Amino acid sequence: MSENNFKNDKTTHETFTQEEFMIMKEDLLRPVQHWGFWGKVWIAFLVVICMLGVYAYYIQETKSKYVTVSLRDYTMWGVYISNFVFFVALSLIGVLMSAVLKLTNFQWYRPLSRIAEIIAVAAIMLAGVSIVAAMGRPERLYHLVIHGRIQSPIVWDIIVILTYVTASTILLFIPLIPSLSTCKNHLTNKPKWQMKMYEIFSFGWEGSPEQWKILKKSVKILTVLVIPLGVSIHTVTAWLFATTLRAEWDSTNFGAYFVSGAFLLGVAGMIVAVFVFRKAYNLEKYLTEMHFDKLGKALVLMACIYGYFNINEYLVPAYKMSGLHANHLLDLFTGEDSHFYWLVVVFGIALPAILPLIPAMRKPLPLTILAFFVVIAGWFKRYLIVIPGLAHPYLPIQDVPDSWRHYSPSLIEMTIVAATFAAMLLIVTLFSRFFPIISVWEVAEGKLEGKDEIINYK
Amino acid sequence: MKNENEESSRRKFLKFGLLAGTATIAGLGAKSLLADESKDTGEMVKVLTADGKLVEVDSSMINHPSEKVLQEHSLREGIAGKKFIMVIDLARCANERKCIEGCQSMHGLMPPVEWLKVKRMQDSELGAPYWFPQTCYHCDNPPCTKVCPVDATFKRTDGIVAVDNDRCIGCKFCMAACPYSARTFNFGRPESMKHFEDHANDKEKDKCCTTKPSTEGTVSKCDFCPDAAAKGVLPSCVTECPNGTIFFGDENEDTVTNGEETFRLKELLRSRAGYRQFEELGTKPRVYYLPPVKRQFPFEEATEVHNKAE
Repeated sequence: MSENNFKNDKTTHETFTQEEFMIMKEDLLRPVQHWGFWGKVWIAFLVVICMLGVYAYYIQETKSKYVTVSLRDYTMWGVYISNFVFFVALSLIGVLMSAVLKLTNFQWYRPLSRIAEIIAVAAIMLAGVSIVAAMGRPERLYHLVIHGRIQSPIVWDIIVILTYVTASTILLFIPLIPSLSTCKNHLTNKPKWQMKMYEIFSFGWEGSPEQWKILKKSVKILTVLVIPLGVSIHTVTAWLFATTLRAEWDSTNFGAYFVSGAFLLGVAGMIVAVFVFRKAYNLEKYLTEMHFDKLGKALVLMACIYGYFNINEYLVPAYKMSGLHANHLLDLFTGEDSHFYWLVVVFGIALPAILPLIPAMRKPLPLTILAFFVVIAGWFKRYLIVIPGLAHPYLPIQDVPDSWRHYSPSLIEMTIVAATFAAMLLIVTLFSRFFPIISVWEVAEGKLEGKDEIINYK
Repeated sequence: MKNENEESSRRKFLKFGLLAGTATIAGLGAKSLLADESKDTGEMVKVLTADGKLVEVDSSMINHPSEKVLQEHSLREGIAGKKFIMVIDLARCANERKCIEGCQSMHGLMPPVEWLKVKRMQDSELGAPYWFPQTCYHCDNPPCTKVCPVDATFKRTDGIVAVDNDRCIGCKFCMAACPYSARTFNFGRPESMKHFEDHANDKEKDKCCTTKPSTEGTVSKCDFCPDAAAKGVLPSCVTECPNGTIFFGDENEDTVTNGEETFRLKELLRSRAGYRQFEELGTKPRVYYLPPVKRQFPFEEATEVHNKAE
């Protein structure tokens, strides 16, 4: 039936050939149509890690936290909080890779926008999970609603994060409607509920000019909206730290420093995601070497900006070496945490700022390897922002057990962190197995070469 | 018009004053009558009169008005008319740790958890080291209460920064915000939980915990023993110190005492150059220090590690 529809419509849009669209649709629906053996293994693997995380959380909540978690009075925030900051940073990928590029008319955003947005939505959800894992009394979460006070930066953070999740989810969903209609019309051998889901959520999409107009308008509004929202979620997350009197966080630079770091992480995360989707789903025609070239250049730009803020954040106080900052700074530069610190500077800032300047480094594989290191360094960067400073407060730590002085995450904590990663990948993977991960119509539209004629992508 | 108002309010005030004065006299009369008729305890207590003289009276003469207030006072409201304050004389501290032990036994805490710490401080290379007892400073501009998302830690009218352990969600933001690391988190260490339970019903001790250090997954800290203070009982860190290092009192009364000696607060701070830790942070602590000059004891390094056990 759908094929018939297609032929009937054929005459109305000559600027874009149906053959081309049919091939594209084939390519992009393939990962949804065929999960493949390794695809299933991958999902099973992620589910197992998630289950381990759930089990670890069960142990953490039923046994004494003094035993299950390495946190103590001085380092009262550990990997859960740094993981939270990491995920909030990662969720800015949607802002950068979809909204900013879209609004500045960079056409190469088209096949990337949906990948970026699902990562953003998944990451921000897992940021929430990380916070709940860090709470002493998670069952009292509802106190935030009944006793919440607007003066606390935590409440600001919850408000902006919830708004951002909502806006991003809608922004992910609205451009998905035409794709859902494509899924409904072209997928075969899928369970009934899945087809029903496509039918319900495509809301009777017919592709009439009126519908396209509404769709494009709402996407535009949301795209504009998510930029300030994305900037504010990470700025407010920075304020969770910067509103305290601790030397290591007492910085007016913090909001911009966090946002720039998030953009660097976003580009690096995008490179890895694009590489994986390209290989796993055979999308070389859509995620081209051109994309890696562009992303490599973006990586240099973002690393330079991040480097700039790092100089402001560390070298300026280091020049003065005031008594209040010295404790923390010397620990990072030459002390116990210096090996981490300098590895992060090299892999998280210096290399991404320099290496992609060489054209050969902007080829898919080398760039992805570099980006992978940037992501890992990005995680440790958040660790370094949150934790070492806590162990160097203004008043000296004296006469405490060793574990109070030196924090290293317990097995339970690391399992839960690993599970948040697995859960994020699982959300992204499952999404890409139920919906085309590249927006068919957005790419097709890009092929119209500037002619803004509305065609009916079914 | 304005004059009239002023006139009438002054008249009111005079009337009120007269009334209050009469009532006080009547009250005192009744009190002394009662005291005459009933038992003298024979226990003499030193009290400070308004003009700064120490006199001895029978303990039955003393009626703490706040005891009645205490029965009605809730954790969230302060004790009416009070403004608690602490002065720590660094010249007297010899790191005997009796304050810590007293505090721990009062609140059922088990080492290494200390609401009160004694730290070895040395301000500069050439300066002399000294012992530095550190409690929660109950700041007047508390960074911890600002950041609490659920109002589980708050400033009371009597100056105390308190914690509501039934409301705390355990986010630990207040601990991150405290520049003095004064707060401690109950991670539910099995030994500590058992210790608290074992000592929960110690009859001989006047338990003063408004905060509940036994609540797992919440934050607690030095609470200035408000229930004891309302009854006119000094916190045990004050009474346990053999050298009278810690003075506790009421800013409104302009008086602090260590149980043995009593001083006019302002006079003491003025004459001994009292200061607050990290004044530059703007937290306005309610704990003052008297500099470690003219020491009562020579400084001796600690020879023992107390909190080694995990």
